[in-house]
This record gives sequence, C-alpha cells and structure tokens, in this order.
Amino acid sequence: MTRTPTAFLIGASLSAIFLAAALLSFLWTPHDVTNLIIADRLQPPGDTYPLGTDQFGRDLLSMLMVGARTSIAVALVAVGIGITLGVPLGLAAAATRGSLLDEIIMRGNDLIFAFPSLVIAILITAVYGPSATNAIIAIGIFNIPVFARVARGGALSLWTLDYVLAARTAGKGRLRISAEHILPNIGNLLIVQATIQFSLGILAEAALSYIGLGAQPPLPSWGRMLADAQTMIYSHPMLAILPGMAIVMMVLGLNLMGDGLRDMLDPRLRRSRA
Amino acid sequence: MLRYALSRMLSLVISLIAASAVIFAVIEVIPGDPAAFMLGLNATDANVAALRADLGLEGTLPARYWGWVSGMLVGDFGTSYTYRVPVADLILDRIWVSLPLALYALTLSTLIAFPIGLIAAARRGAWADYGIMGGTQLGIAVPNFWFAMLLVLLFAVNLRWFSAGGFPGWDNPGAAIKALTLPAVALALPQASILARVMRSAILDTLGQDYIRTARAKGLSRRQAVTRHALRNAMIPVLTIIGLQFSFLLAGAIIIENVFFLPGLGRLIFQGITQRDLIVVESVTMLLVFAVILVTFLVDIAYAAVDPRLRRR
Repeated sequence: MTRTPTAFLIGASLSAIFLAAALLSFLWTPHDVTNLIIADRLQPPGDTYPLGTDQFGRDLLSMLMVGARTSIAVALVAVGIGITLGVPLGLAAAATRGSLLDEIIMRGNDLIFAFPSLVIAILITAVYGPSATNAIIAIGIFNIPVFARVARGGALSLWTLDYVLAARTAGKGRLRISAEHILPNIGNLLIVQATIQFSLGILAEAALSYIGLGAQPPLPSWGRMLADAQTMIYSHPMLAILPGMAIVMMVLGLNLMGDGLRDMLDPRLRRSRA
Repeated sequence: MLRYALSRMLSLVISLIAASAVIFAVIEVIPGDPAAFMLGLNATDANVAALRADLGLEGTLPARYWGWVSGMLVGDFGTSYTYRVPVADLILDRIWVSLPLALYALTLSTLIAFPIGLIAAARRGAWADYGIMGGTQLGIAVPNFWFAMLLVLLFAVNLRWFSAGGFPGWDNPGAAIKALTLPAVALALPQASILARVMRSAILDTLGQDYIRTARAKGLSRRQAVTRHALRNAMIPVLTIIGLQFSFLLAGAIIIENVFFLPGLGRLIFQGITQRDLIVVESVTMLLVFAVILVTFLVDIAYAAVDPRLRRR
C-alpha cells in the first residue's frame, strides 16, 4: 500500500506539468512558434532561448509547449469519442445479454480489434487527407470497442447483484437501471481505462504526425518535431532527444497515474497486494 | 474439438468478409472517384476516363468488390498503377523483409520478456522486482520510432557498428540479419516490456492456486513448483499477448521500415499512400488484416487443443 500513492503522485505530477504547459501555451509562450527567424537557427540553449532553437529558428521550449497542447487535445477528444459511443454500446449489450443486439455489438468489436489499428489510422488519414481532425477520428474509432468491452464486462457482473434485482422488481426498465445503477458503478473502471487510452492516444498521435499524417505545419506537434529533427540527428541530436523525452514523460506519467488509480479504486487489488 | 474448430473457422470467414468490405468501402466507395483521386488535381477528363477503364471501375460496386475479392482468392491482387507490375509480385518481393523482421522482433521480445518476467515474479517485492517493473514502465512509454532514432544515433552514428538504414538483400544472410537488427530491437522493446509484465502477473496468479500449494506440500521446492506447474499454466495469457503482438509488430513495422529505409510491406503501403496507388494500399492492407485474423484463429485453436475447458463457449 505504501508504494501505490508514490506511483500515483509521480504520475499525476508529471501529467499535471504537461497539462499546465499546454494550457499556458494558449495564453503565452516564450516565443511565437509560427515566426521563423532563420538568423537564429540552431541556437544552443541560452538566455533568449531556454532550450535553443531548431533549424528554422523556432524556440524549442515554445514548440514543446504547443506540441503538448496538440497531443493532449487529440488524445482527449479521441478518448471522448470512445466513451460517448463505446459505453452506451457496452451498456446496451450487457442489458440485453445473449440477445442478437449483444451478439452484433460484440462481433463488431472483435472485427475492429482484428484490424491493426495503426494501419487503419494511416489509411483513414491518407484517404481523407492528413489533419489533426482525421487523426482524432482514426484514433477515436479504435477506442470505441475498448470502452464497449470494459463497460459490458463491468455491467454484466453488476446485473447479477441484489440491488439491481430490487430495482427490476420495483419496475424500473433496463434503460433506467443502466443509467441510474450500472453506469455510476462502473465509473472507476472507465476512469482507469480512460487514462490508459489517453496515453495510447498520445503515442498514436506522435506516430501519425511523425509520418506526416497528423497535425499539419505550422501547428507544432511532438511527432512532427521528431520527423523534422531526423535529418539533423547527426549534427544536433538534442532536436530529436527533447521531443522524444516529452512523449516518454507524458506517457509514463499517465501510465503511472492509471496504475495508481486502479490500485486505489479497486479494493480487491489492495487486499491481494498487502 | 472438431465442432469448435469449425465454428472458429466460420467466424474466421465472416471476419474476413467483413474486413474486406470495410477496406473496400474506405478506399473505393467513400472518397468519390478513385481514378480522379489517383491522378490528382491536374488530370484531364479523358485521362480520368482512361484510368477508370484501366482499373475496371466501370462496373457496379458489387461487381467491383467481387472482382477484387475473387482475384485475391486465386492470388491476383491487381496491378500496381505506379509500378506497372502485379501487386502480388510486389508483395512476394517485400514480404521477405517484413516477415523476417516481425519474427526477429517477436523472438527478441520473447527472449527478453520471459527471463525478466520470471525474475520479477520470483523476487516479488524485492529490489529486482521494482527495478524490472520500473524499467518496463519506461519501455512501454517509449515510442518505437524514437527509440529507433536513438539506436541509430548510438550504434550507427557514434559507434559505427551498424548502418543507419537500407537492406542488402538475402544473398548475404549475415549482412541481411545485421541490417534487420536495429529495427528489430526498436520494435521489440515496447513489446518485451508489455510481455514481461503479463508474464509476471500470470505467474503470480498461478502461484496463488491450490495446486501450487499441493505441489509445495508434497515436497517440491519453490523453484520446482514454479518450473513444473506455475510456468505451464501461466502460458495461456502469455500466448494470447504474443498472438496480439503480432498485429502490433506488423503495424509498428510501417513506421520502423520508414525510419530504416527497409523495402518491406509497411514501406510499400506507405509509398502506395503517398503515390495514391490505391490498389497497392487496398490489397496490402487486406493481406495484413488477413495475417492478424489468421494468427488470432490459430491461437484460439491452439488453446482449445491444450485446454479442453475453452472449447465450451
């Protein structure tokens, strides 16, 4: 038990730092990221540019801050898509367990799982044009079956419990029971899953924008910064190291937070660990 | 067992039909005219019409879908618009990079994950366990293409042990394996991290079972109980993850092949996308999805053969 809060605290602090940097970037960045000052290209870290500049003379710290905003926004909306579409599907499947509807929803889920997600994300962004919006849709689609499965699994065990039986005896319909009794009680499961999908979304966004299918210039994103740095890696390795570190820290933070949350919210795990 | 195998086979076929319909819809139906898309903005109407005829786009949608699917069944994957050769030839050419790369990465990932997962489980709560779990947390958080760049920086630029990219072909197997080593390591790291964590928790789960207590009670040492009983039962979740990772390795290869300029299937898809060669994209995507569905099917069958309880559904 002593370990759990530590992991959670480290994770939550890391995530909070990036969130704060992303929010701050809406109001203020040290320099304008759309302003290319070629005279100041490839500056080492110093007073004017805390982390130095890239080959176009853009301030790296400002780029990283706006990049955090791009990553978080894409991953957050993609998780939102997964929850708003996946959870109702999962609840409906659980409420009508064994019916044709349940079967169709679960088989549809299996089908999406069978696709290598990145391949389809690449396909969608390639056919409909690369943009942050299409990256969100591509990542979001694969969150739907994940949340549907988690919601269904959690809901199925709740449907067997006495208080649900009581609600049914009291004459409540399946829809009302799902909304009033099932949904609030699978909240914990969904929060933990959302943290995991959020971190996977950050990684997926980085991968898509790295191969040029995510956020488009001039909007900075971590994956794009890595792609731009690739040709400079021999002479200026820091250009490639910094954005990568940002991705790793953000994802690590979210994963630690997710693990910590799961341990704190699931009493069964707490007992088995003690 | 036969009945179970047949029912899984049926679901395999349904999955393939559904997957091919989705891919066909994404590529050929939704974006409008594929011929106009492939030729770009400056195409004349006559050129578009000629390409439409060339691609067989004149037929109805069901006819075109059937033409594509029935062709694939007999090994005809269409003709690449940019390369002017059958897509099947391109695939046969490229698969000898992608398949060895995926298998190499899978082997590395398993070889790394098994021992460290086992050590973490055996030393649960000790510093070795914390160290391994911390390391795997980091491994999961590292994007494989960034790790690939770091590997290039260290081993190709600074130490000069490996080349930064390219593939010499299988005429010289030693050089070919060497060229695939950095990409395979880059692909394997995140997978090994996930696998080691699954391995650890699977072994810990089985260690709590009654049959382990019985084994210990009849005089087996902790090590014997782990190797003879726990390990074997822990294999079921571990094998599931290995099966799933095959799909991640195929997808991850698209990006890694681009980092290392490897002429594999992933790079073929990527080039197909940038050159708007839709037939290549469509058929290679279908092939990758087929591979994933087939692996899932084989894993299901393998379990049922090992564990009769899983045959009842």
